[in-house]
Amino acid sequence: MTAASAPAPALARPAPGGGRTSPNLWIYVLLVGGLVLMVGPFLWMLLGSIKPQADFLRAPTLMPSTPTTDNYQRLFDQLDFPRFFFNSSVIALAVTVGNLVFCPMLGYALAKLRWRGKRLIMGLVLATLMVPAGITLIPNFILMSSFGLVNSYPGLILPFLAGPFGVFLMRQFMFGVPNELLEAARMDGANEYRVFWAIVVPIAAPVLATLGILTFLGNWNSFLYPLVMAQSPQMYTLPVALATFATGQYQADHGMLMAGSVILVVPVLIVFIVFQRWITEGIATTGLKG
Amino acid sequence: MTVPALAQRRAAEAAPPASRRPWRDDLVGWTFAAPFVILFGIFLAFPILASFVLSFTSFGLKDLANPVGSTVVGLKNYVDLFSDPVFWTALFNTFYFVIVGVPLTLVFGLLIATALNRGVSRFRTVFRVGYYLPVITSIVAIAVVWRFLLDPDVGLINMALGGLGINGPAWLADPVLAMPSIIAMAVWRNLGFAMIVFLAGLQAIPAMLYEAAAIDGAGRWQGFRYVTLPMLRPTILFMTVITTIGYLQLFEEPFVMTNGGPLDKTLSITMYMYQQGFTFFHQGFASSIAYVLFVIVAFVAFLQFKFLRSDE
Repeated sequence: MTAASAPAPALARPAPGGGRTSPNLWIYVLLVGGLVLMVGPFLWMLLGSIKPQADFLRAPTLMPSTPTTDNYQRLFDQLDFPRFFFNSSVIALAVTVGNLVFCPMLGYALAKLRWRGKRLIMGLVLATLMVPAGITLIPNFILMSSFGLVNSYPGLILPFLAGPFGVFLMRQFMFGVPNELLEAARMDGANEYRVFWAIVVPIAAPVLATLGILTFLGNWNSFLYPLVMAQSPQMYTLPVALATFATGQYQADHGMLMAGSVILVVPVLIVFIVFQRWITEGIATTGLKG
Repeated sequence: MTVPALAQRRAAEAAPPASRRPWRDDLVGWTFAAPFVILFGIFLAFPILASFVLSFTSFGLKDLANPVGSTVVGLKNYVDLFSDPVFWTALFNTFYFVIVGVPLTLVFGLLIATALNRGVSRFRTVFRVGYYLPVITSIVAIAVVWRFLLDPDVGLINMALGGLGINGPAWLADPVLAMPSIIAMAVWRNLGFAMIVFLAGLQAIPAMLYEAAAIDGAGRWQGFRYVTLPMLRPTILFMTVITTIGYLQLFEEPFVMTNGGPLDKTLSITMYMYQQGFTFFHQGFASSIAYVLFVIVAFVAFLQFKFLRSDE
């Protein structure tokens, strides 16, 4: 390299959000075109959910002939969508709370404490990070059925309260907490539990937010396990209900299924748009989805 | 996972001071670890082992009342499995989905990430959120919406094709087109995830390298070829593995869109396991399917481990 490599801040790093070269029109055209393809199906879903049933019998149209809330009405009258919404919320929230308590505790113990068995536990937890969900499905079903917990909230919640992903995320974060800070608190007479709750947890708040959001979203969308475990309609979660109706007796009811999809998708879109920075940063640093 | 993480780990492991009372340290450590470890042991570690044991039994519906009383049949499930043409179909379909789907997902993700990183200063958040939206959305909802998009009578896609004078096919009912349709949907859904991870990787590449390449006369394409790609190698490898492991578990899309059809052309390994385990209640046999998938996934994860090590 020549003199040009002398530290010149303007050259050393592209301006945040800026390219090195002048913005190219064709890049914008490509990106906007792609964006239309990405957002299009969501708009199609929204428009479909307010189309009257008659619109699905004629030649296809983009816009509803007369917008209606009839499809949503049927979700509430003929099917028990408020109940499915409630089930999904309860399960996702309980799982999120569990992970927010148990994962930071183990993450802290793995990163900052000295105890026998640590390496074994760390190895076991990290080894299960990529285990396919299908592998635990049948044994957990048998386990739950022996305890009479199939088709119950505990049956749907318990297996997910302690997820390896959260431990991985928290452990990575805990390594970055300065030891001096912990030492100072210990010098002041705080025991490990107090150090954890009063010093570590407050520092970890942003990572906990990331973990909480990712866990919630992952569970809200979870399908295979609840499909097996929720056997009567009163225990259905939203994805199970939607998939069951979409493949069963309502499979031709386009409008109602679109409305059901909206109810499943919209809460997640709101959470995502509000918290998108935490989500994308959490994914970029760990490279893992919830 | 990454090189900085390893360096961090080494630094941190040197840090905790030796205690004069190791049993007290053990007590404190295990108090923090116990709640997670107990749940983890019961619902994750034990089931992984149990699944292995189950795959050597003829566990079925009648055994639910007394799980330990099921009959051990040795390797019968595996023998049956490997001589079962439906299993080979499911395996073939799943590999088809992975081998075509993974490269497409990564190429589109990298394309969008590069475009965002190099040419765009305005509306970056809008693009990032827009492209990422499908990733956080329920696959079930997406599959329902795409089923209607692809519908030959009322779907948007054939409506658009009709506008061009093309008579669109019945995508999901066609044995040749069903899997490509599902792949297209999976690429659409997951490219945003690849984009986010690649974007982070691209932003970590020092601009100096591009400056130096430019001085040496490299154009935009050469900059990408000789700076971006080599620097991004670990990220690309990691994304390949993560996406492959995810795609190997294909389930929701065929479940909602095709029920494995037409003619089993979209039946995946996980779907076959689900059918055997919960439609026919052959849970011992289904466990052997699950274990084959587990071994394939473990092999892919092992490859990543090996390659990342050789990178260091």
